[in-house]
Amino acid sequence: ERYALSASLDNARHLSSLLRAVPFQDHATCFATASGLRVTVEDAKCIQANAFIQAEIFQEFSVQEESVMFRVSLSVLLDCLTIFGTSSLPGTSTALRMCYRGYGYPLMLFLEEGGVVTVCKINTQEPEELLDFDFCSTKVVNKIILQSEGLREAFAELDMTSEVLQITMSPDKPYFRLSTFGNAGSAHLDYPRDSDLMEAFHCNQTQTNRYKISLLKPSTKALALSCKVSIRTDAQGFLSLQYMIRNEDGQICFVEYYCCPDENITEAEL
Amino acid sequence: MRFRAKIVDLACLNHFSRIINTIARLAKTCILRLTVCKLYFILSDKVANGGASMWCELSQGNFFDEFQMEGVAAEHNEIYLELVPENLSRALKTSQSAKAVKIKLTNKHCPCLRVTVELPSLSSSSRIVTHDIPVGVIPRRVWNDFREPSVPDFDVSLIYLPVLKTMKSVVERMKNLSNFIVIEANLSGEMNLKIETDLVSVTTHFKDLGNPPWASEDGCQSSTQGRDLESMTEACIDIKKLQQLLAGQQVNPTKALCNIVHKRIVHFILLHEEVSLQYFIPAIA
Repeated sequence: ERYALSASLDNARHLSSLLRAVPFQDHATCFATASGLRVTVEDAKCIQANAFIQAEIFQEFSVQEESVMFRVSLSVLLDCLTIFGTSSLPGTSTALRMCYRGYGYPLMLFLEEGGVVTVCKINTQEPEELLDFDFCSTKVVNKIILQSEGLREAFAELDMTSEVLQITMSPDKPYFRLSTFGNAGSAHLDYPRDSDLMEAFHCNQTQTNRYKISLLKPSTKALALSCKVSIRTDAQGFLSLQYMIRNEDGQICFVEYYCCPDENITEAEL
Repeated sequence: MRFRAKIVDLACLNHFSRIINTIARLAKTCILRLTVCKLYFILSDKVANGGASMWCELSQGNFFDEFQMEGVAAEHNEIYLELVPENLSRALKTSQSAKAVKIKLTNKHCPCLRVTVELPSLSSSSRIVTHDIPVGVIPRRVWNDFREPSVPDFDVSLIYLPVLKTMKSVVERMKNLSNFIVIEANLSGEMNLKIETDLVSVTTHFKDLGNPPWASEDGCQSSTQGRDLESMTEACIDIKKLQQLLAGQQVNPTKALCNIVHKRIVHFILLHEEVSLQYFIPAIA
């Protein structure tokens, strides 16, 4: 049997916990190449979240053509991957085998735990064009890398009555500032460049950008799982958040969010 | 008609509370039938219950230190009461460290079960918390409506249930994906849980579950003799009812079985040391 995509994982949690860091949407695009699997969700045509699981994390990973792409419901995929529950008893894990025959075929999942086998057949859809944020290192204006623990509380307690999250990055004070403008007033959280939490600080230009808070709030999940986060902006104010996540076996995976700046603000407001 | 009972042993009290909690999860209202030796919690298969029915039986001697019951008449020495088990469950919540709990049937303004919880206190006199739970007295002429349900003995597969924790996880996830679940089993210890929708189909296979020996009512060998042991009997049921039953099991039963009557009904039997619970979920047409 030639499968377009065939993969095995001894511990399905390596995949399911990472996918939980990406916001639930009805449609997630799965893109597999020899390097691994990328799962992408988008919202409102201005935010994109990607989860990368490298081929090395899998016990077996083979892609027949150069690449394979299909769309599935992410919530259905997650319910299937966690069919035996989400709590992790020490020493037990769910083994996963994933097979996809190709265009028009369903995604097949075989999960096994303690001798019990579950077979899932998830219908796939035509992949749709994804946004291309064209974010490469040469276009980056400002970049910082922070230890995630520094940001977790801030993101968990974001004032959701504010429509936007404003991010200021600058070579001068306040260096890195998160601001909200809610019903109770405005709140600013500053991180000095010499803070212990700051692993890297490369800011060349003062930039202040606002992003719709409802779009960024789901990234809190990825932040909670990660040990480090890199925050980058380009000349247009597009934001890239890259989360470095260690799984149970200490292997590294990445989740990335890209977000367009909110266009409803004028220079006068800044 | 008289009824008064008392529990003094804390372990018995906690066990009794757990049973009432399980009943409360399965039925909004149910019938409490009192006899000299036993208590029964009965839910009959009315349309209002979504067709599910329940029969829970406990020996009063295993729980109560005192138990006095006088039925409606000498030849019919039983009492049938309709009540909301959640009310009883709430009353018992205050009894977790009680010295004693008394239950008495009263009729001051209307029939009630008066639950009196005696709590320890620092002073010489105990603290007493009293709950009056309204009940309806069921007249003898309709007692026949509440007989123990019986299940046909053909086209059935009687099988031990898998580890409830696993079954619970699987059914909970399947509930996110579909409103109905097909449960099928055979006489070779195999059981499958299946859901199928436009988006997805999921089947979980359990093996080596074991089939209890079947004894039909007249004690003869069952009519399953000569039947192909591998052929499955199945029923499609409301997944919420199954999930409620599994979620309500706070303690692992000593024995858990189910009997699948092909396309008719699924009969669950959960046995703990002092209590047996039967739950019947009809197949969706």
